Amino acid sequence: MSEEKHHIVPYRVYVIVLMALIVLTFASIAITEIELGAYTVAGALLFAGIKSYLVLTYFMHLKYDKKYIVAMVAFVFAIFVVVLVITFLDYLYR
Amino acid sequence: MEQNAHIEHDHYDAEASKIGMWLFIFTELLLFGGLFVVYSVYRYVNPDAFHLAAEELNTTIGAVNTILLLVSSMTIAMSTSTLQYKKKGATLALLAITTIIGIVFLVNKYFEWGVKFSHGIWPGSEHLLNDFSQGEILFFGLYFVMTGLHALHIIIGLVIILVAAYRIHKGTVNENRAALLENAGLYWHLVDLIWIFLFPLFYLLT
Repeated sequence: MSEEKHHIVPYRVYVIVLMALIVLTFASIAITEIELGAYTVAGALLFAGIKSYLVLTYFMHLKYDKKYIVAMVAFVFAIFVVVLVITFLDYLYR
Repeated sequence: MEQNAHIEHDHYDAEASKIGMWLFIFTELLLFGGLFVVYSVYRYVNPDAFHLAAEELNTTIGAVNTILLLVSSMTIAMSTSTLQYKKKGATLALLAITTIIGIVFLVNKYFEWGVKFSHGIWPGSEHLLNDFSQGEILFFGLYFVMTGLHALHIIIGLVIILVAAYRIHKGTVNENRAALLENAGLYWHLVDLIWIFLFPLFYLLT
């Protein structure tokens, strides 16, 4: 069973991803301190989105996994977005 | 002889284990996803109250906890690599660091909630119900439920990491049978992933 080749991620990749995540965290703190009105929420969510992409791709190994697992993860996030959009359509146009 | 019999009856399928873990993670994502939908709607309905209530939260402690979780995510991700390189000691050391960071996160959370309690703010407290607006009550309700549920996941994650560390120590989890450590890592990253959204939504959007 162990003949399946395991991709070993070099430590360097993890360190670079961590640095990027920390920089993005400080960037999101900085951007929310500026008064941008409605754009503040969008900005914060944009940075959170990029960070979660990095975590999913590198820490959770999706980059090295078979593509159908990536498709399943994308599908679940799509379901979440659809539920969110439908809920807001209900609130906005009821 | 006995070991041969053992191997014959013991099914191990790394890919199936991974898929099983991902399916479980999907249910967790949708559990928190439901709460995020509730948050979005109430924020949309009460923008000013959410603005005001978020001022009450300590951005510094939130930022410190964010960095802590990110670092611990890296250490557990690295431990999956060290296990493949057959460095058992380094793997256990990295898991120990992850565990310690997880505990520090919980200690920070304890003090953070403690400050709220000392200000008379907890779900259903008299001060909250009498002196705050409906929107602020909703904000703090969501704050306690979502960060509380997240903290519960940290505790569960720590237990899984400790079990994985014990089995690595015993040698039943090794470079050929790494699924338990891989899945412990996936779970810990899920906890990190959720915090990545909790932090800006509760602490930063003031």
